[in-house]
Amino acid sequence: MQRIGVFVCWCGSNIAGTVDVQAVSDALKNEPGVVFSTNYQYMCSQAGQDMIIQAVKEHNLTGIVVCSCSPRMHEATFRRTAQAAGLNPYMVEIANIREQCSWVHKDIPIGTEKAIILGKAAVAKVNLNTPLTPGESPVTKRALVIGGGIAGIQTALDIADAGFPVDIVEKKPTIGGKMAQLDKTFPTLDCAACILTPKMVDVAQNGKIRIFSYSEVTDVKGFVGNFDVTIKKNARYVKEDICTGCGACVEKCPMKKVPNEFNLGMDNRSAIYIPFAQAVPKVATIDPNACNMLKNGKCGLCARVCAAGAIDYTQKDEYIEEKYGAIVVATGFNPISMDKFDEFAYNQSKDVITSLEFERLTNAAGPTAGKLLRPSDGKHPHTIVFVQCVGSRCDACAEKGKEYCSKICCMYTAKHAMLTRDKYPDTDVYVFYIDVRTPGKNFDEFYRRAVEEYGVHYVKGMVGKVVPEGDKLKVQASDLLSNKQLHIDADLVVLAAAIEPDKSARPLATMLTASMDTNDFFTEAHPKLRPVESPTAGVFLSGACQGPKDIPETVSQAGAAASKVIGLLAKDKLTGNPCIAHSNELMCNGCSSCERVCPYGAITYEDKEFRMPDRTTLVRRIAVVNPAVCQGCGACTVACPSGAMDLHGFASGQIMAEVDAICK
Amino acid sequence: MNNKYLQEDLLRMSGVNPKKCMRCGKCSATCPAYDEMEYHPHQFVSMVENGDIEPLINSDSLYKCLTCFACVDRCPRGVEPAKLVEAVRLAAVRRQGANHLKADMVPDMLDDETPQQLIVSAFRKYSK
Repeated sequence: MQRIGVFVCWCGSNIAGTVDVQAVSDALKNEPGVVFSTNYQYMCSQAGQDMIIQAVKEHNLTGIVVCSCSPRMHEATFRRTAQAAGLNPYMVEIANIREQCSWVHKDIPIGTEKAIILGKAAVAKVNLNTPLTPGESPVTKRALVIGGGIAGIQTALDIADAGFPVDIVEKKPTIGGKMAQLDKTFPTLDCAACILTPKMVDVAQNGKIRIFSYSEVTDVKGFVGNFDVTIKKNARYVKEDICTGCGACVEKCPMKKVPNEFNLGMDNRSAIYIPFAQAVPKVATIDPNACNMLKNGKCGLCARVCAAGAIDYTQKDEYIEEKYGAIVVATGFNPISMDKFDEFAYNQSKDVITSLEFERLTNAAGPTAGKLLRPSDGKHPHTIVFVQCVGSRCDACAEKGKEYCSKICCMYTAKHAMLTRDKYPDTDVYVFYIDVRTPGKNFDEFYRRAVEEYGVHYVKGMVGKVVPEGDKLKVQASDLLSNKQLHIDADLVVLAAAIEPDKSARPLATMLTASMDTNDFFTEAHPKLRPVESPTAGVFLSGACQGPKDIPETVSQAGAAASKVIGLLAKDKLTGNPCIAHSNELMCNGCSSCERVCPYGAITYEDKEFRMPDRTTLVRRIAVVNPAVCQGCGACTVACPSGAMDLHGFASGQIMAEVDAICK
Repeated sequence: MNNKYLQEDLLRMSGVNPKKCMRCGKCSATCPAYDEMEYHPHQFVSMVENGDIEPLINSDSLYKCLTCFACVDRCPRGVEPAKLVEAVRLAAVRRQGANHLKADMVPDMLDDETPQQLIVSAFRKYSK
C-alpha cells in the first residue's frame, strides 16, 4: 500500500477563486492510501516545495499528488522536488485543477466538486504507480545536413565551428541553392554571390565538413543520437578527387544544346558542365541524358581533352552508409509551376517570366550578362508589369495555388522594380499588389523608396489577364483605388510565383518519420517555443523547408538549428523518457498491429524461444520496443488486440483506475 | 423586404460567401464588360457584404454582366462574383413581378456586337 501525500495549490486566486481548496484537501484526506493532505498558496514556490519535502520525511510518503496547474507547466518542477525528497520522480501525479477546472468554471460548488473528482483520479493512479528509471543511449558525434543552400551551409558551418564533424548532402552538382541564382538581396542590395560564395568556400575548406554533392539520402534508420543513413552518390562520370575544374571539357563538348537549369532554361549548357563559375565543389558533371558517349558510345571528346584524366564513363552510383547523431533538414523551396495560370499567358509568351527568371536576366552571370533584355527578341523592354501573389493566398478549395502568403515576394518585387528604374530610367514599371507586406527590419523603408525615390507605379489591384498581341503583351488589370480598369501595353510581365517546399521533402519526411503540414512544410515541435526542432527527436529544421522565409530569417534559423544540434552532440549519453511502451511477451501473438501504427518506427519483431511445460521449446514471433525511439504516444497499446502492449507510467490499469475514481 | 433579409436571401440563393474576398480586384480586372458597368464585380461583392444592395438592384450594371464567368474562374479565393450578380438580378426580377424584358424593348438595345445567345438567354431570364 502506498503512503500518499496530497498538496492542493491555490495558485493565488487562480484556483482558490473558484475552488474551495480547503474542502478539496479535506475530501481527499479520506481517499485510499492518502496519509497526509494540505493546501498552500503557491505550491511551486520554494516554500511550497520545502513543504512537500518535509511532509515526505515526516509521513514516510511513497507517492505525491499535486492538485495544481497543467502538468505541462510544473510536472517537471514537482518531479525534481520528489527527487530531492528521496522519492522516485515518477511517483508524482498532477491533478490539473486550474486549466481544466478553475479557469473554466465560474461557480464555486461546481468547481470544488470537479477539483475533488480530479484529485481522486490522481490518487487512484498514484496507488498503482511504480518507480521508473529512464534508459540511456550513446550519441554519435556527427551531424548530417540535408540540403546545401544557404540554410544548410550556415547550419553546417556553425556546427563545424563548435568542433563537430558535419556532412552536407546536396542533390545538385554544387552547393549554393537558390541564393546562388539571385542577383541582389533586399533590403541592402548587396550582391548575393558576393556574400554567399565566400561561405561556400569556407564550407569547402573546413576540415570538419564533407560535401556529398549530386547525392541524395535514400534511407534513414535508427533514432536520436544513433541514425544510420544511406546516401546515394549519383554517378557524375567524373572523378571528383582528380577533376581540377579547369573547364576544358566543357569548352570542347560538342553537345551544347542542353537547357541550362541554373539559368532556368533561358540559355543552353553543354552535356558536361559546371553549373556556375563559383560552384563548390568545382567539378564537372556529365548529364547522362544528353551525353552522346553515354547514350550511344560515340564521342569521348571530354576524356581526350582532360589533362587530369578525370573522366570515367563507367562510373556507377555509389551507396555510402554513415552514422549520425543528429539530422538537419534544409531542403528549401521552389517556385510553383505556372502551367495552370493560363490567364497570365506564361506558356504562350517568352516575355512572361517568373521572378526567379527575372533574377537570372538581371544577373551579370546570367544568360544576358546582366542586361535586361526580353527573352523573345532580345530588345530592351520599356514597360514592365510585375504581378504579385500569383498562386499565393488562394482559397483552400482552389484548383491552383497555395493558401499561404509566400512572404518573400513583396520585397523581391520591390527590389526588382527599384533596380530596374535605377538602371533603366526610361522604363515604366508597374507593380500590381493586393497588400504590400513589409514586416522586417528596414523593409517598409525600402518599399517606400521604390515608390517615392524611384517612381515605381504601385497599383492596388490584380492583373486579370495578359494577352500576347504582336510584340506587345496586353495587360488588363484593375486599379481599385481609382475604380478603373487599366489596359497596359507591356513589353515584359514578371509573375511573383508562390513558393512551395521542394518535392524531395515529402519522401524524406517519411524516411525520417518527421511530420509535415498539408502544404508539405515540415512541422516544428512547437510553433513558438521550439521552432527549429521537428517533433521527431534528433531531427532539426533549417530554412524554407519549415515555411517561406527570406535570407536573414533563414540564416537565423540555420544558426538556431545548429545550436540545438550542438547541444545534442555535446552530450555523451542521452537520457530517455521512461514512460514508453513495452510488450508482454507471454501475451504477444506477433500480429504486427502495433508495428503498423507506430509513427516512430520503434517496434520490431524477433523470434524468441519459449520453454513449454512439457520441456519442448517453441519459437514465437514477438514485438520488441526500442526504448530509445519510442516516444510514449500509446498508439500501439490501443492497436494491440491481445492487450500485450502497455505503457510505463500510463498503464491500462492506471488509466482504468482513474476512470473508475471519476465515475464512482 | 428589409435589407438584412434581402442580404441573407442573396447569399443563400447564390451560395456566395463574400467574407472570403481578399479585395484583390482580379474579378474586375478580368471582366470584359467592365467599362459598361456602373458597379463592377468586386463592388457587387463588397456592397452585398455591407448590405448596400438597393443601388445594385436599381443599376443597369445588372444587365451588363455577360455571365461569362471569367471572374468565377479566376478568383483566387473562390468567391464567385458572377453568381452574386445573378442573384441580385433574380431579386430585381422577382421584385418586378412581371416581364422585365419586353420584346419591343429589345431592338433599341441591340448593336452588331451583341451575341445572339445573349438575347436568347436574356429572354429566358427576364420573361415570365
